[in-house]
Amino acid sequence: MRDTLDTTEEISTGRRQFTQGVAALGGLAIAPGVFLYHAAGAKPDDQAVSSQQRWGMLVNTNNCHEECDACVTACNEENGVWSLGRPETDAQWIRKLNVRDRQTGHVTSMPMMCQHCEHPPCVDVCPTRASFRREDGIVLVNKHTCIGCRYCMMACPYKARSFIHEPLQDQLPHSPRGKGCVESCTLCVHKVDQGDNTTACAEACAEEGHEALLFGDLNDPESEISKRLEKYGGTQIRADLGLNTGVRYQGI
Amino acid sequence: MLMFGTVAAGPENIPPPKAKYDEDTLCVEPVEIMRRQHFEYILDHRDRTVIEGIRTKKHSLIGCIDCHITPNDEGVYARYSQETHFCASCHQFAAVRIDCFQCHADRPAEAIREALKPDQHARRPVQELLETLQFSTAVFTK
Repeated sequence: MRDTLDTTEEISTGRRQFTQGVAALGGLAIAPGVFLYHAAGAKPDDQAVSSQQRWGMLVNTNNCHEECDACVTACNEENGVWSLGRPETDAQWIRKLNVRDRQTGHVTSMPMMCQHCEHPPCVDVCPTRASFRREDGIVLVNKHTCIGCRYCMMACPYKARSFIHEPLQDQLPHSPRGKGCVESCTLCVHKVDQGDNTTACAEACAEEGHEALLFGDLNDPESEISKRLEKYGGTQIRADLGLNTGVRYQGI
Repeated sequence: MLMFGTVAAGPENIPPPKAKYDEDTLCVEPVEIMRRQHFEYILDHRDRTVIEGIRTKKHSLIGCIDCHITPNDEGVYARYSQETHFCASCHQFAAVRIDCFQCHADRPAEAIREALKPDQHARRPVQELLETLQFSTAVFTK
């Protein structure tokens, strides 16, 4: 019992830890070999998402190439985040960072996007509750209630959100976007909901042969992402803020 | 609400929907109910989708668009700014102004992918965007 709770603590801090721990115990084993949680995959369309899953991403910066931006291109294509030709105000759902160590000259390359925090500051500050965390851990903007105040953009320590300043057109059906709303990485929520079990950026990264991005269910101990995190660990960026991010990094 | 009782009076040349959802009711709900209350179904469904991740097609806006917005004889899909667009045909008649299509696609995915052949979206001129906006507002102020 103690072990299971300890494992839970690694990926969940704060008040919800206890209830989640109990839920995890309940889900793990009813009888030997009988599991309550779903294997990662398609949920029925008419079923609401649940906290049995917590979707997350593991970024292995050792595999991430400085000159490659396949993840960014794939994200823009998938979600219809076209450039309007003005980089200062163009939306960015994911961007590449190259961080150089002045002492050694070593350059670490990594993508930066919404970290899908368990305790998201953007949700705390939103005056209309448009910024919210879905049961399965994906942090989203409900654009129907977003008033474009941009408090969330100021609150986000990762600069993950963008504001749309201009009227848009040719939006894709699965990714409605428009002027006056804040938006950010959705962890390809439309793909997650149809059971793809991956994101556009992770797919593109794998196609490039880099495999620096791994999407998966942090709550499923059998998932590849959980196994890798358990074995090798993963760093949260700004872990000091105690946000328990769903996106973890290795090699930084 | 009474004005919706007289809706069938749109332009004649609206392409028919892809299929009958049901032989009896034709649409996902009886036509009379859909004419008066389709927005309530959509409104209810949108929160289920955004917040709970429920992705059933029956009352989803994507479902409506997929079925109702079909190409005309020349293979062209109408935009919401045109009165031959299924939604616009009635909204214009009933003087209803909605903002769904400022964000949501007014055509099925295949039509948009077709319109977005490589480079078309890469650097869209500002002027074109502004023209589109003026055109779509002009429709409602005429």
